[in-house]
Amino acid sequence: MKLNLKIWRQKNKESKGAFEKYEVLVNEHMSFLEMLDVLNEQLIDSKKDPVAFDHDCREGICGACSMVINGRPHGPNGGTTTCQLHMRYFKNGDDIVIEPFRARAFPVIKDLVVDRSAFDRIIQAGGFISVNTGQAQDGNAIPVSREQSSKSFDAAACIGCGACVAACPNGSAMLFTAAKISHLGLLPQGKVEHLRRTQDMVKQMDAEGFGFCSNIGACEAECPKEISLENIARMNRALIQASLTSE
Amino acid sequence: MSLSGIFLMLFLIVHLLGNLQLLRDDQGMQFNLYTYFMTHNPLIKLISYSLYFTIILHSIQGIYLAWVNRKAKGSKYAVSTNTSDSFFARYMIHLGLLILAFLLIHMYQFWLQMKLGAVPLVKYPGHEHDFQDLYTPVVEVYSNIGYVVFYTVSMIFIAMHLIHGFHSAFQSLGLNHKKYNGLIRSIGWLYAILIPLGFAILPIYIYLTQA
Repeated sequence: MKLNLKIWRQKNKESKGAFEKYEVLVNEHMSFLEMLDVLNEQLIDSKKDPVAFDHDCREGICGACSMVINGRPHGPNGGTTTCQLHMRYFKNGDDIVIEPFRARAFPVIKDLVVDRSAFDRIIQAGGFISVNTGQAQDGNAIPVSREQSSKSFDAAACIGCGACVAACPNGSAMLFTAAKISHLGLLPQGKVEHLRRTQDMVKQMDAEGFGFCSNIGACEAECPKEISLENIARMNRALIQASLTSE
Repeated sequence: MSLSGIFLMLFLIVHLLGNLQLLRDDQGMQFNLYTYFMTHNPLIKLISYSLYFTIILHSIQGIYLAWVNRKAKGSKYAVSTNTSDSFFARYMIHLGLLILAFLLIHMYQFWLQMKLGAVPLVKYPGHEHDFQDLYTPVVEVYSNIGYVVFYTVSMIFIAMHLIHGFHSAFQSLGLNHKKYNGLIRSIGWLYAILIPLGFAILPIYIYLTQA
């Protein structure tokens, strides 16, 4: 199948960037990233600069692939990452517009690659539990209810790809931060520091220049791991509780 | 944002219940007695000052939020999509500014005229003092088809603002529970349609009965 691509090209952080048009011949069994690989081979063969894009595991668990395809982070399918999107969902002759994730806290480094280290700094601010290292504990030493562990696991499914920020018209990172806070805070090991963690991570999130949540829900709709807005409500509850009780 | 919004939503209920007295066929006596009560009761006075404060606070919060969020987004996508279940959520600031403009005109027309004493006075049997006849300017304004359209369209903007605002306030306060989310959404829709509809009936009814 033949595709007409319109891809955002930007040399570096400082340069302005613009769209460029390409044509590429692919087969329908390829993943979206393999389609870009084919394009890049063409570009290299013709001594042109290949399109830079983030990728790593190519099986939907690392969160590296980050691009907006026809206006939607990770493309038109719900609950999948770009690497899991296959060309069979497109038709011969389709026009595809590929842009980088857009948010002030995610500056473009080159072409489709954005700097998502703001997420790392949010995690560093509180996305951990403080325990002494030593011998591994017995697996069942601390009882955890089935419901709590399931909810925690649902939140832990967040791969930190940043699609929530990319989809949000406010450039807000609430869904990511809330998922991390829920994932730890719902378990007994993480509950101890839940309120302090919430305050610290939200403080860092604001410092990074992410926007405020106005409950639009685009993040939830575009999240490849289908993280629920329920987590944001849980974070808001913790934040209110923390602001009322912290010293 | 959510707390000020909830206060304003509670106010709308009281405001509508009061204004529905305009529908009584008594040349506005009941409405004017109510107006007198609302402007002379010390507790109501306290609440009305909180209301002015909340309107200003909610506006400032909204404008600040929109400003910070626009800055946080930076640039726009070449292809835009709208994938979320809350359509009006993206237009809250636009709707909010339209509603603020409506409020300024609305308050100039009635509230300011009363404060300036530009409203005729009327006497009612059993009361020694005069009453401000707010009913007369209300009927005057609502006899003008232009204002009837203006008020009705403004109510549609308020309805759109409330459709997102109602359930959003609960989410912001952390009140999200699978058992109650559907109920909150349904009550939100009902509230967002019934309250502005109730308000919109007043100018339309007065216009039709005056004609």
